[in-house]
Amino acid sequence: MKLTMTAAPHLRSGNSVRSIMLDVLIALTPAAIWAVVTFGIKALVLILVCTAGAEALDFFIIRFLRNKKSFRPDLSGSVTGLLLALNLSLAVEWWQALIGVFVSIAIAKAVFGGLGKNFFNPALVGRVFLLISFPVQMTSWFSPFDLQTSATPMAILKEGSSRIFSLQEMFLGTIPGSLGEISALLLLLGFGWLLLRRRVSPVIPVAYIGTVALMAAIFNGVNPAFGSPLYHILGGGLMLGALFMATDMVTSPMSIKGHLIFGVGCGVITMVIRFFGGYPEGVSFAILVMNAFVPLIDMVSKPKIFGKVKSNA
Amino acid sequence: MAESKKETFMANIWKNNPVIVQILGICSALAVTNNMTNTLIMGIGLTFATGFSSLTISALRKYIPKNVRMIVQVLIIATYVIILDIVLKAYLPSISKALGPYVGLIITNCIIMGRAEAYAQSHGPVLSFIDGVSAGVGYSLILLLIAFIRELLGFGSIFGLRVLPESFTPWVIMITAPSAFFIIGTIIWIARTPLVKKK
Repeated sequence: MKLTMTAAPHLRSGNSVRSIMLDVLIALTPAAIWAVVTFGIKALVLILVCTAGAEALDFFIIRFLRNKKSFRPDLSGSVTGLLLALNLSLAVEWWQALIGVFVSIAIAKAVFGGLGKNFFNPALVGRVFLLISFPVQMTSWFSPFDLQTSATPMAILKEGSSRIFSLQEMFLGTIPGSLGEISALLLLLGFGWLLLRRRVSPVIPVAYIGTVALMAAIFNGVNPAFGSPLYHILGGGLMLGALFMATDMVTSPMSIKGHLIFGVGCGVITMVIRFFGGYPEGVSFAILVMNAFVPLIDMVSKPKIFGKVKSNA
Repeated sequence: MAESKKETFMANIWKNNPVIVQILGICSALAVTNNMTNTLIMGIGLTFATGFSSLTISALRKYIPKNVRMIVQVLIIATYVIILDIVLKAYLPSISKALGPYVGLIITNCIIMGRAEAYAQSHGPVLSFIDGVSAGVGYSLILLLIAFIRELLGFGSIFGLRVLPESFTPWVIMITAPSAFFIIGTIIWIARTPLVKKK
């Protein structure tokens, strides 16, 4: 028998950045296809521009500005680009989307040191930059299929309107909204794929959505004008945010306890903005604010080290 | 000191630029760069104040006791800034109003104090004057670049003259101060890439 001696590690998981990112892309595909089906060819253009643009810019920065010759595209840029596209309104022009891509990849990611070192979710930074830069385009929403300008469920809640969407419409995705947020069903389907592949832990989304439901139930009990828990869960960007943005490995805490704190914090901030803030929707701001707290959360939720002798200092 | 006047001048423009290398004077870089006219006046004002306070401090450096030098420096700087403030109020009242407290705050601008401590304390008056002026020019150039980007994208104009067509969609974020953060960061990133590579 021949024994070969090699250095550790001996077992490899087979996970790589690229395989994880590929799974996220697959998970987002149903929502992206639904966006093209409901919103038409312009949605396809936006999605392709963002995805390809982000991947190309990411590659350019690492390969040429950082001068890493061995770098192969790892699809992380595509994930950011696709998430950004799914967060946009159909009213956004392709060149505005490209500005968002630049902010996402160059400013939110590369400046901090690239993948794994960024504090804030790049796609959300890009989205918020566009929201503040182009408020008109970013907040005019279209209803699916007939493409009439109309208010989103969250805006209806804030401003009041005669048209109230049924829970079934919101679950299936025949409501106005950003490209990727409208169908809760397809987002859940995609998240199911990630769970099946063991790419994410369900703690953050469960804590996040649970907090939103709890707060909505309390406020709704006091005053029905605040909207029911299910309305809050299905009506806005919560599904997309909680399932795909808050769970970003780089910008979320490491331990289960940390996930719990992070999810609850996101939920509380989201609901405070929805109830009392100036914007009808607060998911992106909530996740960005909590992103800033991740190092602190990691510090307080550090698991205990076993086998350590107490020092007598 | 073997430094030539030209070297002293160029160092503050590029290699030792107060804003992008020393990261000084950032507050005013965020506050006054929303349009180019204000920025230009602010830059000229700061150049004037830095130049003359460096000159004065350098000329008096042998007579100022070391342990009270900071207080004396601030007094000298404040004198020039007050002159500047009065002149602006008298001759350019609208710009003086737009700049608001920032003219007065030049007194606390780190660049002036920095040049006084780091350079004027140990160099002759002529070199110190050149150093002060060039620090002001280096600051103004970067601020004008930021203001150019902000005014062009935020209002579609340069020095108040409309250059982009009416159909241009202004970037609202460029009118607000946070955009200067993004721009200043990007400029530092781009400018430092060659500086770092050289080392």
